[in-house]
Formats: sequence, structure tokens, C-alpha cells
Amino acid sequence: MAGRNSPWGSGSGSSGDRPGDGGDPDGEGGTPTGVGSQPEDQEQPADKGDGGGKRGPRNPWLPSGDSPPRRSASIEDIFRRGDPRRGGGRGPGRGGFPNLPRRADGRSWVPLGIGLAVLAGLAISSVHMLGPKEQGVVTTLGKYSRTIDSGVNLTLPWPLEQVRVVDVSSFSVDMIPDDDKEKLMLTSDKSLVDLSYVVRWNIKDLKNYTFRLADPDETVREVGEAAMRASIAQISLGDALSGAGRAQIEGDVRDRMQRILDGYHAGIAIQGVEIKKADPPARTKAAFDQVNVKQQEAERDRSDARAWAQQLIARAQGDATGFDKVYEQYKLAPEVTKRRMYYETMERVLRDNDTVIADAPGVTSYLPLPEVRRRESPPPDTVVEATPSTGAR
Amino acid sequence: MTGLWQDYKAAWIAGVLVVIAAMLSVIVVPEDQQAVVIQAGKPVRVYNQFSANADYGQTGAGVHFRIPLVERVQRIDKRLLSVDMQQQQVLSTDQQRLNVDAYARYRIVDPVRMVRSAGTTERVTEQLGPILSSVVRQELGKRTFQSLLTAERGRAMENIRALLDKQAREYGAQIVDVRIMRADLPEGALDSAFARMEAARQEEAKTIAAQGQRDAQIIRADAEAQSAKIYADSFGKDPQFYDFFRAMQSYQLSFAKDQSGKTIVLSPDNAYLKRFREP
Repeated sequence: MAGRNSPWGSGSGSSGDRPGDGGDPDGEGGTPTGVGSQPEDQEQPADKGDGGGKRGPRNPWLPSGDSPPRRSASIEDIFRRGDPRRGGGRGPGRGGFPNLPRRADGRSWVPLGIGLAVLAGLAISSVHMLGPKEQGVVTTLGKYSRTIDSGVNLTLPWPLEQVRVVDVSSFSVDMIPDDDKEKLMLTSDKSLVDLSYVVRWNIKDLKNYTFRLADPDETVREVGEAAMRASIAQISLGDALSGAGRAQIEGDVRDRMQRILDGYHAGIAIQGVEIKKADPPARTKAAFDQVNVKQQEAERDRSDARAWAQQLIARAQGDATGFDKVYEQYKLAPEVTKRRMYYETMERVLRDNDTVIADAPGVTSYLPLPEVRRRESPPPDTVVEATPSTGAR
Repeated sequence: MTGLWQDYKAAWIAGVLVVIAAMLSVIVVPEDQQAVVIQAGKPVRVYNQFSANADYGQTGAGVHFRIPLVERVQRIDKRLLSVDMQQQQVLSTDQQRLNVDAYARYRIVDPVRMVRSAGTTERVTEQLGPILSSVVRQELGKRTFQSLLTAERGRAMENIRALLDKQAREYGAQIVDVRIMRADLPEGALDSAFARMEAARQEEAKTIAAQGQRDAQIIRADAEAQSAKIYADSFGKDPQFYDFFRAMQSYQLSFAKDQSGKTIVLSPDNAYLKRFREP
């Protein structure tokens, strides 16, 4: 915690330890502008040497008689320090900042610079700009003091008060499993289902989240896994695979996770659990596919039968309606209609076929027809003996 | 600068000594730690001890003092810690095997006892691990396979938690929760489970196919019955006329003009030819 809140800018402190908010412009952009040009000053004691050499001539508080006129740093200024022939004129040139001008009373600027840098660091570490999604936990010498919200907040400077800023509103998304490997879970009927799901959560109580759990992120994953397995173990494979039970499982797992985490006072709110994939294990996939194929086939059988049935019924209806219509007319004049139909039919039949009129039974008919002779095996039913009884009535 | 050092040499040294002494005697206890002050191997004070009801900021975290060199401070995690059990096989009462992964969450509630018994939280975790596995095996071994999977899990977990908690108290730890994270079939059982699933699918596939065929037959039979009824309703009005009507249709169809070139032999007695004989 101490490393994160170094006096060289609360920017690093406010960026938090969660990867999501590193690029948040509100969190980091505000701090440097609030303290003006101080970062330049605080570098001064840090890099003794050429940093001081370059910056010396630009110092605005230079007494007029003691130094060359103000000008920008040139290449000569940079080399001056390293060149002993030119080193003279100001100070002994050994150690420290040979090019730094002296104050009016002959003392060095160095202590003053260090003091300013320290002050600037303290100022930076006591102003905290928090982005709209962030909250920070303030600890006073290790003791929890308060939780600060988004906006500009003032605290005592480091190391008296330390602030840990965390993005509390953004949802963290945990994919379980986090690779594409098969994750098999047991269902209530001792079958296995390959499941992958996503847990979305955020921080609902930063104080608890910060202090209560040793490893909150891992805890969420483990609790998620335990809850999901417990829920899956209560349903059958069919329900797990079908989309129907999915919403219920998701709600179930979410409630279960929330209950467990609340039991830990984890300060974490589970926003949602989504099952991304629920598949049969890869090794049994062929058998599952076969079921699908058979389902399609069965459906096709049914469709065929239905089509056939529709045809049959339609034909029956057509036939029946045709009969009904004719029958209506027949009833009006039965004898005539019957005769007419008989003759019409016979006409058509006899016109279309070869007809032989033979004598009554007992006479052997000889059929000298070339067609008959050519085809040796005419079906027997093509020769029909029309007996007088047909249609005689 | 050298002048400053030369002039106030004694003051500088004194200042540095004071700072060192302060650093040695001041201890900062963060919210997530408990500090046990040990004097000559004996715990004498505890700062920021866990208390179930106190909110953060009230439990005594912050700046405390100790006597340098005499008192030693041991810091103990105050947060919820976890013991992960290695995966192990559990044999249910019906002789089925299950690979079980479990975890327990605990926290140190009695730091003094913990310092005396285990020393560090790592060692507590280390020692709770085997206890957890034996308790899990013992408790789950009393149950049938099916009850391991489903509803009874909750009660088994509570039993395990209670058993483990009793032992953990010796280390000043409190078991908050025990969960089975994973319960998987071992390798051999996995194969047979796959085989069983496959067989079940094949059964389902065959059933579905047979059902499809049955349904198709029923649909056809239904249609036949329905058409028979339609025919009967219609033709039943006058069976004799139907006989005639159908015969006419049948003749037309049977003796329709086609390639076979049928020959019909008519007797002169045929009704059709009756007008041949008498006008």
C-alpha cells in the first residue's frame, strides 16, 4: 500500500490496482494540472547532474549580477560541467550542482529545492481526483477512516492518510472456464454436461471488499464454481442441455453465489450469471447428433403420412361429393339417368376397344386378331366375358 | 552543507537515533491485520483483534507502540483465508467413487492461541488441509452417491464445517464455510458414464424413430377411417345406385383406351345389345 501512494504523485495511487481503470482520463489527468509545474521541481533533487546543469540558467529567481543573462540552455551548457577547462568561475566544481547559482546570501538553492519538492509531493498526495465510477478507502495510519466518493477529495498527506482508489461500478466479468477446454459437470442423473458460463459482478461495499477477503477475485470464481455445480447437480441432463431450464439455473446460481458471498461479508454484488454453452461431452456427441437425426426422420415420417392422409381424404371427399351431385340428379329421373349413364359408358368402353360379338355360351370364340397373336401373354383380365347380367336391370 | 554537519554533529546523531527509536517502537497495524505483541516468547497484547460485530475503524487498527528490542510483533492476517483441499477420491456407501475438490474459508479469531499453536497463518492453512480432507472423506463416505450430488450436500457441508471448526478452534481459527467445489467421476467411471450416456442416446434415437413410424401409421389409419366414413355417408344413401355408379366408373377406367389393345367379347344376349334383337 505504501508503494502505491508515493509522494511523487497520487496519479499512480489513483489509478488503482484494477486493470480496468488504468486509462481513465479523469483519474490521472486532473492531478498534474492541479499542482502546476511542480513535477519539474521535484525532479531536481532526484537526478543530480545534467538535469541541474540544464535547468540552472532558466531559474527565474536569479540575482542579476551573479550570473550570465538569461538564455535558453545550449549545447555548451550541457558540456560545460564535464569539461574541466571550462569548469572554473563558479564553485569548486566537485560534486553537487556546480552550475546552480547561489542565493543572495551565498547559500545553495539545493535545500530550498528539496523542501519545495517535498511540499509539492505532500500536496499531490493529499488531493485526490476520483472518476465517476470510483471510490476510495482512506486509512489513517492503517486505520480505516472513511470512504471517499467521486470528485475532488482532500486527505491528510502521505503517509498519514493513504487512499486506495478502486473502480466500484464497472462490472468485472469472469469466464469459467477461462479457456476453451471442456468443463464437465455432473447432473442429477449422473450424466455429464460440458458447461461454460460468465459471472458478472461489481463491488457493492468497498470497505468490506478491501479488508474482508484475502483474495476477492479468486473467491468469486470459486464460489461461482461451487454454486454452479450445486445447481447443475439438481437438474437432469435434458434440462441442462435444453434452453428451457437455463434461465432458472442462472437465477439459482446467482442467488446462491450472493448468499455465500454475503455470508462472507465480501462486499460483492453478483450482477448476473450467464450460461454461454451447455453441450454434451465431446465423446458422446455422435450419439447426441444421432438423436437429432432420428428426430428429423421421425418428423419427416409424420409429415409424409399427413400428406398422404390429406390426399386420401381429399379424394374421398371429391368422390363422395361427385356421387352426391350425380345422385341428386338421379333421384329426379332415376330410370333415364341410369340408362343414359349406362349407354354413355358402354359407348366409350366399346369404342376404345376391339369388340367381338360372340354367340351365347357354348360357342368357342376364336380370336384371329393379329395383336393377340403377336403378344403371347396378354394378361388374362384383358379378355372380359361380359355376361348379360351386368347392368341388365 | 558540510558546515551544517560540522556545526550540529551531536544534534544530527541524536536526531537520527530518535528517529530510529521511534521506528522501532511505533507499529502501524492496518485494518486487514491483527498484531500480537510477544514478549520473550509470550504473547502479551493483541491489537486489532477480530470481532464479529465491530465495524472497521473501531477495532483498534492504527498506530500502536511497543518496547523496542524487548517486544516482538507478529502480524496475522485478519481477512478471510482459504484452505484448498487437494482433489481426492470419496467412496460412497453404494461403492461408487467420486473425485471431490473442496475448499474451506476461515479466519483467525484468536490470534494469541494461533501464535502459540501454529505460529503463522501459512502453517494453520497447512495443518487444516489434511484435517479438511479427512473430515470430507469421512462425512461424504456416509452418503449414497446420489445424495452426494444433490440436495443433501447442504447438510453434509454443515456437518463438515462443524467438525472442522471444532479442530480449527485449537489453532484459534474459525471455519466460516466449507464448499465442495467440484465433484467429478474418476477416470474409469467417466468412461462408463460416457458409454451409458451413449446407450441412453441410442435408446432415445430408436424410440424417437419408432414413435415417428407409429405416428405415421396412426395418421394413415385415421385418414383411411375418415375417408371410409365419408364414402359410407355418401354412398350409403342408395347402395344400389352406388353399385351402378361405381360399376360405370370402373368400366370406364378398366377398359380405357390404352396400349394393351383389349378385346371384349360380347354375347348377343348382352343387355347393351338388346335393341339389336327388338327395336
